[in-house]
Amino acid sequence: MKTQPTVNPETKEKRGLSFKLDMQAYTLIIALVLIAVIFGFFTGGEFLSSRNISNLFSQMSVIAVLAIGMTLVIVAGHIDLSIGSLVGLTGGVAAILHVWYEWNTFTVVIAAIVVGALFGVWQGWWVAYRAVPAFIVTLGGMLIFRGILIGLSKGQTIAPLNDSFKAISNSYFPFTLGYILALASIGMLIFWTVWNRSKRKSLELLLPAPVIDYGKVGVYSFFILLATYMLNRYQGIPTPILLVVFLAAIFIFISNKTSFGRYVYAIGGNPEAAALSGINIKRNTLWVFISMGALSGVAGVILTSRLNAATVNAGNMYELDAIAACVIGGTSLMGGKGKVVGALIGALIMASIDNGMSMMNIETFWQYIVKGLILIIAVWIDIASKK
Amino acid sequence: MENYALQMRAITKEFPGVRALDNVTFSVRKGEIHALCGENGAGKSTLMKVLSGVYPHGSYDGDIIISNKNVAFKSIKESQNAGVGIIYQELALVEEMSVAENLFLSHDLMRAKIIDWNKIYAEAQKWLDHIGLDVDPQTKVGQLTVGKQQIIEIAKALTQKTEILILDEPTAALTESDVDILMKLLHDLRAEGVTCIYISHKLNEVMALADSVTILRDGQTISTDKIADLTEELIITKMVGRELTELFPYEARPISSENILEVKNYSVTDHVGKKVIVDTSFAVKKGEILGFSGLMGAGRTELFMSLFGGLKGNHTGSVLIDGKETNIKSPADAIREGLAYVSEDRKRYGLVLGMDITKNTTLAALNKMMKLKVIDNALEVKTAGDITYKMNLKAPNLEALVGQLSGGNQQKVVLSKWLLNDPKVLILDEPTRGIDVGAKYEIYKIINELANQGVGIVIVSSELPEVLGMSDRIIVMAEGKITGEFQRAEATQEKIMTCATGGKNS
Repeated sequence: MKTQPTVNPETKEKRGLSFKLDMQAYTLIIALVLIAVIFGFFTGGEFLSSRNISNLFSQMSVIAVLAIGMTLVIVAGHIDLSIGSLVGLTGGVAAILHVWYEWNTFTVVIAAIVVGALFGVWQGWWVAYRAVPAFIVTLGGMLIFRGILIGLSKGQTIAPLNDSFKAISNSYFPFTLGYILALASIGMLIFWTVWNRSKRKSLELLLPAPVIDYGKVGVYSFFILLATYMLNRYQGIPTPILLVVFLAAIFIFISNKTSFGRYVYAIGGNPEAAALSGINIKRNTLWVFISMGALSGVAGVILTSRLNAATVNAGNMYELDAIAACVIGGTSLMGGKGKVVGALIGALIMASIDNGMSMMNIETFWQYIVKGLILIIAVWIDIASKK
Repeated sequence: MENYALQMRAITKEFPGVRALDNVTFSVRKGEIHALCGENGAGKSTLMKVLSGVYPHGSYDGDIIISNKNVAFKSIKESQNAGVGIIYQELALVEEMSVAENLFLSHDLMRAKIIDWNKIYAEAQKWLDHIGLDVDPQTKVGQLTVGKQQIIEIAKALTQKTEILILDEPTAALTESDVDILMKLLHDLRAEGVTCIYISHKLNEVMALADSVTILRDGQTISTDKIADLTEELIITKMVGRELTELFPYEARPISSENILEVKNYSVTDHVGKKVIVDTSFAVKKGEILGFSGLMGAGRTELFMSLFGGLKGNHTGSVLIDGKETNIKSPADAIREGLAYVSEDRKRYGLVLGMDITKNTTLAALNKMMKLKVIDNALEVKTAGDITYKMNLKAPNLEALVGQLSGGNQQKVVLSKWLLNDPKVLILDEPTRGIDVGAKYEIYKIINELANQGVGIVIVSSELPEVLGMSDRIIVMAEGKITGEFQRAEATQEKIMTCATGGKNS
């Protein structure tokens, strides 16, 4: 029997619609290409050199990790202003344990993530179970965490780290390994698409034209190979960007394929309807903040490793960059809407502007002004496109 | 030549791809109550938005003539100044402000450099007396019932020297007693010469209130008649363009003697400590449709919200489902025990408007869409597709956001969502509020079918014909207590109203 999920026969003709829905993604990609072309032109191609792209990716990794977590927080209808301080604090704790107490690198990384997650529990508890607005709780956290950091480190810069810790942010996956990883991910992509199509077919669901599905795979594969090739021309794939890709993959999976992810979108979209659908709002909110805390821990480790030191000012204002990355990437501050991929592209756009303008020797104050304007314009485009 | 307060001639309004109004003619005589009827999507709201300047002059074709003068409103402000006041279904009051502040929000009294509060309160009191509403002008609007808020909206329109008052579904959220107050108010206003355009799905009100009726269908004027020349059946036939044999597709069916839901000595205290339900006991049988009638504030919604675990506050008493004692503390518990609750306010409590149809449909049954803790998207789309197909949901595709659907289709999504859980007891709170006649009929048919399958059904409704037309048995509540119970055969509007207003009768 015909059991299409069509609710109406027009559906078939409207297949093209799924392309239109991704308007926002296209806008972002166009913006990125535009930035690349402009900076490429003004820096005589230097901006697009392998060396600089490698650099750019390393620079964006801390904000990218934070933006991944921030997407969930904002989608859930909250905000986290404390993560800059938490990055500083977890990075500081890691450095103290590593330098002063001589813990090995692996234990130190775990410790930083656990500390971040525990502070996530603290903030999530206030927000979810005590109903204090996240803005206030995390504004408090911003001060508290920075205070703890200054207290623990006694205001000193903690350095130097040993090689294995430094390697987290300053090492590269060499040539062959890079290509193997790239090919493996392309293989998974193809497998996933084929599997998904056969699944839909067996349930007699409508299938997108093969050209669209496999075309997508082709485009993604091309970009994966291009990026690998470009990075390999320099020193290989930087470890922190691999971490970002890995974490992003996990969180994209969480937000699309787990009930927790779905519930977060529902809670942000309409908490009352979510509650009456049997969703435990408090517990899910708590977990959102825990994941944000843990990711702050990862970001703290990456930052400390990159700087080869922990300072009392580390991570200052990073929350704003992370929020900006999410918003530029299409996450709505009203909650219920946003994508991890968008936040990554947002982070890349922000990092490109920093990087490109520095290369053009434009004074720092301009970077603030331009980034601020881009944030406002990005949101305006989003609002205007809805009308 | 008749004396027209308003004439709209040959109005055509197009949206990309749709002709919402097609050469519509609409004439309203001075000082009459003129009902505008039509199914959802017939073009009533669009026509009123053209009239009130929401769609500015130039964005439509045709002429609007008010008091024999051609008008061309470019904004709502301009139409207001010309004496056109519109009151939407969704009220536009500031809940955190007082009655008086709301009444004069855009009035000159508020525009003064220094606001004379005493004068405002005095003036507000005068208007409240005039329309017969007994509230303190300093009360916050948010503390009033929807019915009273509605009346305050009307009063607000009157303070702005409104000559043509448009009411869009004013009684959708009102109880019978509030409706009576509203109807009386409208009669009084007519006596004072105010012209009123009344948009409503409730044809009994239209029959009782209107002097003339204009019917729209698919963006076209079907007819304008004096009320004397019409009957409810005739209006419905004209609205839907076909004859509806019956409004309520009730069919007698054997009802099991087994209780599926049994509530004993149930009391509820709300979060501010007020007793809202006092020592209530009732039972629903397998396959039975039990109607719950009563005035707004009788505690029906609180009772079922609390049974479903969705009300803040405490409750005592016992609840048995399928003969087993339950301990429901949250909606999740309730769902597990086999309850489903379709709320009276679907936009607020029923749907995530920014999510698509598929995700809304599976939200309460996501655990059934999982394999190894992972959502199986293909299965999810398949399930949502099948159930919404059965519900005859009309939507461009399953990825459409539910916020873009009509009320009837939204309600079908809510029903689909709950049916995925195969509930033992389905509680429907005002299941057809704000839904057009055609979709109503479809929803009634779904309800019947579920009852046939042995689901215990509770219909909470403020519309007496609905309760009478659909229920096997009717329970009436007043002030948190059950005040009456009738079998289908013995129930009448009069008996129910007597119980609902507090008189014991059973």
